[in-house]
Amino acid sequence: MEATPIISFKNVNKIYDNGTVGLKDINFDIPRGEFLVVVGLSGAGKSTLLRTINRMHEITSGEIRIENEPISQYKGRSLRLLRRKIGMIFQNFNLVKRSSVAKNVLAGRVSYYPTWKSILSLFSAADKQKAVQSLQRVSLAEKLYARADELSGGQQQRVAIARTLMQDPKIILADEPIASLDPLTTKTVMDILKRLNQEDGITVIVNLHSVALARAYADRIVGLRAGEVVYDEPIGQVTEADLNRVYQTV
Amino acid sequence: MTSQVPQRPWLQRWHVKPIGWTLLLVGLLIASSRMTGVDVGMFFSNLGQFTDLLVRMSRPAWDYLPVILQPLYETIQMAILGTTIGAAFAVPFAVLAASNLVHNRWLRGIIRLILDLVRTLPDLLLAAIFVAIFGIGSTAGVVTLAIFSFGMVSKLFYEVIETIDMGPLEALESVGANKLTIIWYAVLPQILNQFVSYFLYTLEINVRASTVLGYLGAGGIGVFLQRSLNQFNYSQTAVIILATLVVVMVIDGISNHLRRVLL
Amino acid sequence: MQTTISKEPLSLTLWRRWQWLLWLAVVAVVYTWAVTGLHFTGLQESAASVSRSIVHGLVQPDWSYVYNGSGEDLVSLILQTLAIAFLGTFISALISVPFAFWAARSGKEWLHVRSGSGKVVLTLIRTFPEIVLAIMFIKAVGPGSYAGVLAVSIHSIGMLGKLFSEAIENMDRGAEEAITSAGGNGAQIFILATLPTIMPEFISYTLYRFEIAVRSASILGMVGAGGIGTPMIFAIQTRNWPRVGIILLGIVLMVLLIDSLSEQLRKRLI
Repeated sequence: MEATPIISFKNVNKIYDNGTVGLKDINFDIPRGEFLVVVGLSGAGKSTLLRTINRMHEITSGEIRIENEPISQYKGRSLRLLRRKIGMIFQNFNLVKRSSVAKNVLAGRVSYYPTWKSILSLFSAADKQKAVQSLQRVSLAEKLYARADELSGGQQQRVAIARTLMQDPKIILADEPIASLDPLTTKTVMDILKRLNQEDGITVIVNLHSVALARAYADRIVGLRAGEVVYDEPIGQVTEADLNRVYQTV
Repeated sequence: MTSQVPQRPWLQRWHVKPIGWTLLLVGLLIASSRMTGVDVGMFFSNLGQFTDLLVRMSRPAWDYLPVILQPLYETIQMAILGTTIGAAFAVPFAVLAASNLVHNRWLRGIIRLILDLVRTLPDLLLAAIFVAIFGIGSTAGVVTLAIFSFGMVSKLFYEVIETIDMGPLEALESVGANKLTIIWYAVLPQILNQFVSYFLYTLEINVRASTVLGYLGAGGIGVFLQRSLNQFNYSQTAVIILATLVVVMVIDGISNHLRRVLL
Repeated sequence: MQTTISKEPLSLTLWRRWQWLLWLAVVAVVYTWAVTGLHFTGLQESAASVSRSIVHGLVQPDWSYVYNGSGEDLVSLILQTLAIAFLGTFISALISVPFAFWAARSGKEWLHVRSGSGKVVLTLIRTFPEIVLAIMFIKAVGPGSYAGVLAVSIHSIGMLGKLFSEAIENMDRGAEEAITSAGGNGAQIFILATLPTIMPEFISYTLYRFEIAVRSASILGMVGAGGIGTPMIFAIQTRNWPRVGIILLGIVLMVLLIDSLSEQLRKRLI
């Protein structure tokens, strides 16, 4: 018997208010523990696809299930609880630049706290310890008290990953996590994501421009073009020629 | 693999900076409130008088409008003349204060000091002094606005000049052109649009300023503002303020449009 | 068909070539109107002699006024002026925050009704003359610096609200997005992401506005709203030029000092 997928898309469509098609008839499943890379040109809908999973973007029709639960019904608290188990990493790191690393990392824990406590930054000692551990996992504990904008781009992205770890996520969505980084730090960040995938069994979905990187890290590659899935193969069957289809214009 | 957890620096552990700034702020706030005699209760106990004033202002005496049209025009005229005179004087000073045109540090320093000093003087204060010199009337207003805009425009201007492309200047310099020729052919074309734009921006500010100058006798609508306030005729005050609002917004609109076309 | 094609560009180039003439005419009309509209009569005979005594007073300021322990001397009143500006700007900054969020465009809203109305209100506040506000508050709380504080607090909202709302419109939304995706609710997003991101800019604009408030607080006294303006207008009216000289000197030094202090703080912030 095959295990139920952690995420499944069924006939998902997204049409923007101005009529542009964002996603077109998306159908695929993501099994638990997979490292999935989504490739495609910019504007192909990669970012939209990723953000429909944690409902940062709404879909127009179809159904997305996470752990077999349709997510479109969630509202308010239940939506926040859904988001809690899905970590997200961004191209621009999205840290509060002038706050300390510690504060930024602890902010990832917000959804475990009642509003008043988190507003007053009354995080428990256990969670402060957890923040240190999260930073240790990205090898940045020594920067605990540094200000975020004192760090290099790669370090900031690692802080962002540590922040996401505070959520105890089952899924991590990474939207072009290395687009603003140089090749060396790119490898560090991708290695961390891969390790989280393998050691913690977190399902990781990464949007990437680079086919070479996709082939180096992915268990499976999905290609998007103009909002449609044009390619979907496990890594063993990926060939360069096939992949180029994704990048053909029209 | 596990990296070292750092010791929290002493300054951060005890939150020295935030606590220091907070204490300073609170201290200054307490000192300021004592010095100014701020008393929240007093405001509310006199709220009746205040609302009475607002109620009377909310019934503008529209028949007063024809009376104030002429002074309104005068206000705009004062602003136009004052800004123009101020800007005209500002141009040579701006050139002398620009670090890419004048290499003599002393000259530049002195000119900038003069400009900085001029800019410290509030407009109404200038008006009070010039009313004493020139007597009550729009002359004092024009001179006030001229000096006020001189200080403002010259700074804006020299900052523009400092951003120009030096290429054309060097080309002219290399063929032996004199300073005036260089300014005319190499500097002016680069900055003219921005100059006009800043001129219009200053005009907007001066129209606002000129509406109150008359309060101290420097001509324009402010004279009538003061009269109505002194006579406790708040329905007239309301008309004056509303009319001023309209004038300011119309001038702002025209000026904004022109500036967008220019840049 | 042929004629229309060739005619279009021709008239266009003609328009371009002679456009400046039209502008020249407009400018000429405006200036003729401005110059002929004003009459420079009423120029006093004494202007020259008054100017001379002013200059004389300015170079021989009344040093005895600097400090005499009465509480009505230059130092005390300069401090009072600063207090008016400081308190007024502080209160104004607090009130401006909700105004700014009201007036900031957010993309989501329908036809910018909310932000548009907020912007109009801020423009109205900005255009309402500060000294009229001061006079109104004098009716409420009596003459003195309290009225000055209230006038500065309200008037500054117009400019601070506008600057704050522009800062909100241009702010980096990244941190907000991150907290949202981590499952934070509205209040958590605001406190943990929005405020810390926007705070340095708010503080910087507040300091800038404080510089302006110092200037206006020094003239509010001319209508009776406290600070150094009151003895200033009194000295001018009684032709006490040495007194005017020392007060002017005090104001200039105060403004220069505050400007450079505030500028350095702002540089450290951004």
